[in-house]
Amino acid sequence: MKSKNVLLVIPSAIVAKGIGQILSETGEFEMRSVLTDLSPSSIARVRNLRPDLIVLDPSVLDQGSRAKGRDMLGEISDAPVVAFFSQYPEEETARRYEQAIALTDSPSSIVWKLRSALEAHSEGGRQEGESLSSREKEILVCVAKGMLNKEIADRYNISIYTVITHRKNISRKTGIKTVAGLTVYALLNNLIDVSDFQEV
Amino acid sequence: MKMADVIDSDSRLLAVVPRMGMGFGFGEESVEEVCRRYGVSTGAFLAICRVYAYGDAGTLAQSLQEEDIRDIVAYLRRSHTHYGEVVASRLTISLEKLMESCDQRCRQIISKFFGEYMEELRRHFTYEDKVVFPYVESVLSHTGKADYNILQYEENHSNVDEKLADLKNILMKYLPRECGTGPVAEVLDIIFLLQDDLRRHTVIEDDILVPLVNRIENHEK
Repeated sequence: MKSKNVLLVIPSAIVAKGIGQILSETGEFEMRSVLTDLSPSSIARVRNLRPDLIVLDPSVLDQGSRAKGRDMLGEISDAPVVAFFSQYPEEETARRYEQAIALTDSPSSIVWKLRSALEAHSEGGRQEGESLSSREKEILVCVAKGMLNKEIADRYNISIYTVITHRKNISRKTGIKTVAGLTVYALLNNLIDVSDFQEV
Repeated sequence: MKMADVIDSDSRLLAVVPRMGMGFGFGEESVEEVCRRYGVSTGAFLAICRVYAYGDAGTLAQSLQEEDIRDIVAYLRRSHTHYGEVVASRLTISLEKLMESCDQRCRQIISKFFGEYMEELRRHFTYEDKVVFPYVESVLSHTGKADYNILQYEENHSNVDEKLADLKNILMKYLPRECGTGPVAEVLDIIFLLQDDLRRHTVIEDDILVPLVNRIENHEK
């Protein structure tokens, strides 16, 4: 299998080298590039590098825009983004990213988290032709009931990006894109009831 | 080239003839002769044929002139009528027949979705017929409103397309098995044809009409 191209956005050279070392030992990830900030020229490089996965230290962003950092990257890359915290993880910020790793995490736990960020991202791809996972069904029901991505993220304690990824996978598997269409799918498959749909 | 030979080369071009306001019975007349007889621009006719046969407007679109716009708009209007009346009733009738074998609940769910789709499609066409095309006509008579621009209209047809694709997938993949014995293939056939036709319709709007009108708008400024 081709190793995954990982881009680090980490200001500390020690940390970047350390993560790079852990990744290269697995053989499944490869640290291709390191950026130390998210300046306009760095952003241009993110576009060109087309990483499969991004690890970002939110401290490269100023305090106010940390939570928004994920949105910013979302505009320039489709890759899942894992937050790296050199100090204790900021819960609110961490939840916005697909996964979060901390300085004190063991190498195996770091690898596991990166892997799971990638898997959630490409779940549908690996299971082509299979039916929806139970998590996807749960999310589908929420969508059919008219819940917003933010509300779904809060209910299952996952990031908005994970919700969006699930929704993309649901649409790819079923071939159904609109909320009205997904509602019909949920009704026909008895995931929700007509009456319980009308209440909402 | 003889008109009959052009149409014979691709059955999709059959749709273009009546929507261009022309009738059959061409005899040995050439494309140009038939167009002249109906007072239709040959350039507009060929550009639309090109979209039906190849899926894109190609370089033909660039050679079109202001005077071709009227024929293109007339074509688009007749297409709307065709979708809204002929195709809509064909689809409704065959879908109803299909659902005779479904239970009450399933029928209710599908009918609701289908009804909403038809409503949305109709709204979309009405907007074009009542707002966009009159605007285009006003540009042609040089009385265009300054606060509107043809590019504003290039907004999405996408939601209408998506719903139709959803309907297709629902019927093909997710109908309860007991309804699967009904005339599903007939309904799907109508949907496939409509999807294909609408896609070409959108190309004519976005790649032929919009750039042409925009050229005149810029000229006026």
